[in-house]
Amino acid sequence: MSTESAPAPQSGTAEDVKQGPRIAVSALTTNLREYGLIIALIVIMLFFQYTTSGTLFKPVNLSNLVQQNSFIIVMALGMLLVIVAGYIDLSVGSVAGFIGALAAMMMVIWPLGIFSNPLVVSIVCLIVGALIGAAQGYWIAYHKIPSFIVTLAGMLIFRGICQALLGGGSSVGPLPDSFKALSSGFIPDVIGPLTLIPPTVNAAGKTIVGSGLTLHMTTIVLGLIAVLAYAYFGFRTRRKRERHGYEAEPFPLFVIKTLVGSALALFLVFQFASYRGLPVVLLVMGVLISLFVFVTKRMTIGRRIYAMGGNAKAAQLSGINTERLTLLVFINMGVLSALGGLIIAARLGQAVPAAGLGSELDVIAAVFIGGASAMGGVGQVIGAVVGGFIMGVMNNGMSIMGVNVDWQQVVKGLVLLGAVIFDVYNKNKA
Amino acid sequence: MASTILEMRDITKTFPGVKALSNVNLSVEEGEIHAIVGENGAGKSTLMKVLSGVYPSGTYDGQIIFRGQECNFKGIHDSEHMGIVIIHQELALVPMLSIAENIFLGNEHATYGVIDWDANEARTAALLKKVGLKEDPKTLITNIGVGKQQLVEIAKALSKEVKLLILDEPTASLSEKDSQALLDLLLEFKRQGMTSILISHKLNEVNRVADKVTVIRDGRTIETLPRKDISEDRIITSMVGRSLDDRYPPREPQIGEVIFEVKDWSVYHPIHAERQVIKNVSLNVRKGEVVGIAGLMGAGRTEFAMSLFGRSYGRHITGEVLHRGKPVDLSTVSRAVANGIAYVTEDRKTYGLNLIDHIKHNVTLANLGGVSSRGVIDDMREMSVANDYRKKTNIRASSVYQLTGNLSGGNQQKVVLSKWLFADPELLILDEPTRGIDVGAKYEIYTIIARLAAEGKAIIVISSEMPELLGITDRIYVMNEGRIVGEMAASEASQEKIMRAIVRGEGKKAS
Repeated sequence: MSTESAPAPQSGTAEDVKQGPRIAVSALTTNLREYGLIIALIVIMLFFQYTTSGTLFKPVNLSNLVQQNSFIIVMALGMLLVIVAGYIDLSVGSVAGFIGALAAMMMVIWPLGIFSNPLVVSIVCLIVGALIGAAQGYWIAYHKIPSFIVTLAGMLIFRGICQALLGGGSSVGPLPDSFKALSSGFIPDVIGPLTLIPPTVNAAGKTIVGSGLTLHMTTIVLGLIAVLAYAYFGFRTRRKRERHGYEAEPFPLFVIKTLVGSALALFLVFQFASYRGLPVVLLVMGVLISLFVFVTKRMTIGRRIYAMGGNAKAAQLSGINTERLTLLVFINMGVLSALGGLIIAARLGQAVPAAGLGSELDVIAAVFIGGASAMGGVGQVIGAVVGGFIMGVMNNGMSIMGVNVDWQQVVKGLVLLGAVIFDVYNKNKA
Repeated sequence: MASTILEMRDITKTFPGVKALSNVNLSVEEGEIHAIVGENGAGKSTLMKVLSGVYPSGTYDGQIIFRGQECNFKGIHDSEHMGIVIIHQELALVPMLSIAENIFLGNEHATYGVIDWDANEARTAALLKKVGLKEDPKTLITNIGVGKQQLVEIAKALSKEVKLLILDEPTASLSEKDSQALLDLLLEFKRQGMTSILISHKLNEVNRVADKVTVIRDGRTIETLPRKDISEDRIITSMVGRSLDDRYPPREPQIGEVIFEVKDWSVYHPIHAERQVIKNVSLNVRKGEVVGIAGLMGAGRTEFAMSLFGRSYGRHITGEVLHRGKPVDLSTVSRAVANGIAYVTEDRKTYGLNLIDHIKHNVTLANLGGVSSRGVIDDMREMSVANDYRKKTNIRASSVYQLTGNLSGGNQQKVVLSKWLFADPELLILDEPTRGIDVGAKYEIYTIIARLAAEGKAIIVISSEMPELLGITDRIYVMNEGRIVGEMAASEASQEKIMRAIVRGEGKKAS
């Protein structure tokens, strides 16, 4: 052993030269999960499009689909961070229910004068959501109480308060129309409609609802801008990488990806435009999704959350304040739960004691279907969103098909299990 | 003379890149207490793992003959069946179960899975009497001290009809009184005819109880001393008698002014609040200097470093740290980093890396500010930083997108080092920087250390490998049981001198 001579350090440059193809392959395999998920969503949509005889993609149904599932997606954004950070939050459904009740009481029952204005009420409700998140996060972050237990307690507490607030089993409403617009409204057409095919007029001189084709031009323009921005930024990032000598993915793959993505987006935009335009809630969702993609992919705070979920001790010893970060993750979850609660109340037009009941499970399922790891440190925003839509499309499609609610649950459970088994299997193979 | 109970012949055990044992011979006679001594990493524990079947037959070369029978143990169950029981340094008791439940765990008196608690407790009481432990069998393990837990482990061994009892550093975490009691118990067992193997580096204890001492160094048997030849001097010479060779890169130290100075640093145990882990430690380190902290495992070196680095260990921390003569606040990790300190952990998998993320993200984690502005990460800057450090520290990976969990130990260590180099510290504390990595990677790490010192960084190296400290440092502090017990220039130091400082430190406490 003592005679061993030290080997001369090898140069690493030989490995640098031909990296292109290898990176291309690795880019494909690392993104396979994400692409696979989107492909799965498309397949599921096509399946239901077929089994519902074309109802699924009808403009009115697409709007319904978005309005019914938006609160799940919104809460899934927060839940993704919670799960990536290595925690869980079981209280989101109850918090949403409580906030809905609070909003209804403030707007309808309590004599608050000017403070019963929907905008003021919404802001107050989001702040209350933040406080709830902070209260739960405090015990989890600074006293190391398991998040499962703290939020299980929260789930019971806020459901109870929600029911008490509404005075037992009764519902409170109706809520003002300006508030309901959050869920059931559409963006105004500031450009003005474009009639491609005039609606058919029947013998009595009345137009037949649904006939003809009139496009909501603001929606079309917004959609075009979004698609162009998507293509432009994708291309710019690519150019930047190339300039620095880092090959990202093969050009044809990039082109196909961008074209397919744009075509799908334009198709959906067209469907919305031919009905009443973009639902307000879809716009809210789109902004939030973009924000969370940016935070998780580009911002230091996002990076720190992944590091904390991957190895909390190592993160702490790298100078990351894991306690404060945990608190922030739960405050964020609280705000999004509150927003979810407002969306539910706005859609129903009233607050009911069972609002959001059991939705925490849908939210958590969406995140796991989206590829997040229950151990923390792994998960993507887009994955959670697509996971949420997979759940939503299945709900919607099976309802149209007339599948019994009991069996819908069975199918959703199987899909969740299947998605996670697929993940674990893939990981072990790698 | 009694007959030979155990004979291990020509045992050779190789790990990837390292020969842990080469042609080790050990012969133990019935009824004796046989001590095995050697430095950390000499191969003592590996040898015992071979003997007890932790490394199953076939993964090593050589023969084990126990009570006249050649043994090919497939696992710990086989060796226990033959009556060989090993008690490890880290106790393997379940804290929230009772003494009786622990003793018969996996071996309960039961019929069809229904446990006969009365029988278990009656037998436990008898066993506890044998080891001289006055505790109710129903007492939970968590409610008794470490010394008593050690006795429970021995009682557990006795319950298995033990023929050969192996104790791996049994007194490492015991107080002086408990240690004495344990040694007395060993002598009592000897009178009853039991054979034991005692692994220890506390030479005064070996001196007291052993009939024979076998010295192991660098995975080889050096010699076996009979009772009459046992003396501390003799053992120390035998343990460390080795010359340094050119396993270390040459360097010409250029040492400047004192950069960091620690004064009167004291730390208490995070759970056992009355136990003082670090006792009034003072030391300093200069610009361009590599300072070593020598000591045996459990001397408190890691605890010292971690308590310094953002109070990541311990409670009731008192003392002062001066940075260029001015007191600095190191009370959180981010403050310590901001004040120019970096700590490279001894346990890179648990404390150093996010194993499920790739090299790039790990390298920048301690200094995200360096690759971002207003909280937004510049992907290109991060990429070039990661590639830069990958070249500087010669990390062998297909790209910076390789997961750190899939790297070899040496390359993982280089990633952790890169992370801290990117944080640009003035003082770098390296805790066991070459543990568990192969010889080639070790040389690379030494080269990096030498280069950093030449760039003017102050470096503290904590290591249990004395040759390493002698080879790469300029000055060495010796630490034992939470105290600094010696300080010497590396040029004047020797393994013998370090070992003496440690042993004397222990002797002081005993008297």
